[in-house]
Amino acid sequence: MAVLITAYAIAGYVVAISAVKSLRYGMILDENFLTIVASAGAFIIGASVEGAAVILFFCVGELFEDAAVQKTRKSISELVEMQPVSVRVVRNGYELNVKPEDIAIGEHFVVLPGERIPIDGTILSGSSSLDTKALTGESMPRDVAPGESALSGCINMTGTLVIRADREYSDSAVARVLAMVEESGSRKAKTEKFITTFAKYYTPAVVAAAIIVATVPTLLFGLPSNVWVYRALVFLVVSCPCALVISVPLTFFCGVGRASKSGILINGGDVMDRLALVDTVVVDKTGTVTKGSFDFSGIHAHGVTEDDLLEYAAKSEYHSDHPISAAIIGRYGRVIDPEDIGESVNIAGKGIRTQVNGHTVHTGNARLMRDIGIEPCGTHDDVTNIHVAIDGTYSGHISISDEPKEDSAEAVRELRDLGVKNVVMLTGDNMTSAGLVAKAVGIETFRGDLLPEDKLDILEGYLGMREGKGSLVYVGDGINDAPSIARADVGVAMGGIGSDSAVEAADMVIMNDSLRRLPEAIRISRRTRGIAYQNIVFSLGFKFAALAFATFGLAGMWFAIFADVGVAAIAIINGTRAYGRTL
Amino acid sequence: MRAAFVIENLGCANCAAKMERKISKIQGVRSASVIFMSKKLIVDADETDIGRIEMEAGIIVKSIEPDSRLIKG
Repeated sequence: MAVLITAYAIAGYVVAISAVKSLRYGMILDENFLTIVASAGAFIIGASVEGAAVILFFCVGELFEDAAVQKTRKSISELVEMQPVSVRVVRNGYELNVKPEDIAIGEHFVVLPGERIPIDGTILSGSSSLDTKALTGESMPRDVAPGESALSGCINMTGTLVIRADREYSDSAVARVLAMVEESGSRKAKTEKFITTFAKYYTPAVVAAAIIVATVPTLLFGLPSNVWVYRALVFLVVSCPCALVISVPLTFFCGVGRASKSGILINGGDVMDRLALVDTVVVDKTGTVTKGSFDFSGIHAHGVTEDDLLEYAAKSEYHSDHPISAAIIGRYGRVIDPEDIGESVNIAGKGIRTQVNGHTVHTGNARLMRDIGIEPCGTHDDVTNIHVAIDGTYSGHISISDEPKEDSAEAVRELRDLGVKNVVMLTGDNMTSAGLVAKAVGIETFRGDLLPEDKLDILEGYLGMREGKGSLVYVGDGINDAPSIARADVGVAMGGIGSDSAVEAADMVIMNDSLRRLPEAIRISRRTRGIAYQNIVFSLGFKFAALAFATFGLAGMWFAIFADVGVAAIAIINGTRAYGRTL
Repeated sequence: MRAAFVIENLGCANCAAKMERKISKIQGVRSASVIFMSKKLIVDADETDIGRIEMEAGIIVKSIEPDSRLIKG
């Protein structure tokens, strides 16, 4: 008994202090205040054990909620946050230890085996294997060599690397991934909006009902006041909405955390809502369905040597950021002197016109050739052909093939299994090579020969065709389809955190290149939403049951305490399930 | 522009929702979002208004949860 009194005194004191502070600000419906009233009321009418229990369990509940939220937050942030405390930076020939925040773009730093890369950069010397699991969810290590990029958050496994910083710490992959996960909560799911709006009216309504229950039966019908005041106090115990509100954002946070464990960044609960209801998926071909690493199947020169053709093609593409340009420049393999290259004009969806060594070079698809009055010849329909014209004379073409990724077909099958009605592939490539890829991965609807603006038009068409609540997902590699990514219900950028504009427009980012992460994200979203619904139905159910039973004297304070604290604990534990399990 | 703050000792989810509603109504705020799980406040407003909004939001935060405190994110 003495223990109980002491515990009650301490707990009561803490709650009372908070209640008084809130009252000073005029917050009369503060939950600390309501709890004090319920507890004190119980004492006055002689239910002292219940009165003490209300306060004690209220405190235990608060502690549990705090602990659960802290733990969830920590375990999810730790996924990506494990940052080295100091970095060995090379300044004036000396190695210094500085904080990652203090490294400027262009500085060189050293990462030893076993250490985590602190900042995004380019490898200057050394080769190694990188463990990218924290970023991509991929367990296969990636081999890297000088000239290749190294993203922060990866663990350097085997060799010492010297890296040039390409970004500041706050812009690096790790910091951005963490910010995206932490700020995903700013875009709230429908269920979360519902529950917070509900809570806004719930507390005043229940408190008003409590006042009616305490007064009306006694004053109007002369019923015994003790019984009805007790029932009103039960109302006050279940009037606190926090328990109700806490489990829903926690569930979505866990869902977002679960996705990031697989290298999928989902930008908010509302994105999960739409992902769960997907009925159309539109995918870009190059780099999304296909590998985007190009195999050269032939170089066919007309009136120039093959070497000259490749040289002109590579130099003319020097200023282009198209993946095919990178492949051609890589194939050319020699250092290009920027002095050789004059004015360069991008012709969207067709190619590029560049002054090379004083010659006008057109490099691009068949449409570009026809625009300048040339009919390309000897081409192959099953591959992508890059034509080159020097000073208006056809000089040949380079044939490139781009294979589907190994798991693209599986991803398309999984999407169908999840009930996606339409899977559509769009590409700027010719219809024949588009058809081959589509057939290989099991996509029935595809469109080729598209300009970037055509893609957006087609997307609008499909957006108009959505049925009911069905949503449209667009997946692109983000190099030139940021508008489509922004326009879709759910815009997905493939291929990591690299391309800024796409990531900014995207609702979801797939960090490793696999299309199979899309069905996985849909499953995670559906499961997370399901858990959030369970929590709402379960906690609302108990609260209303407590109110109804209390009105008729069927349930007392103990049931109300369970409906408040116990139900919250169960809902929180249920919510953390959204983080676990492989899907 | 978009400014991020941290609400220290934000302990109750319903309070977070109340803060969000009130901060959204501050003059000059285009949108405001309080994220309970990461204790963050994200405000979209003109740069010239941010200082004043930070002060007003600080008062709102304290009035709803007296132990909490708004700091720069």
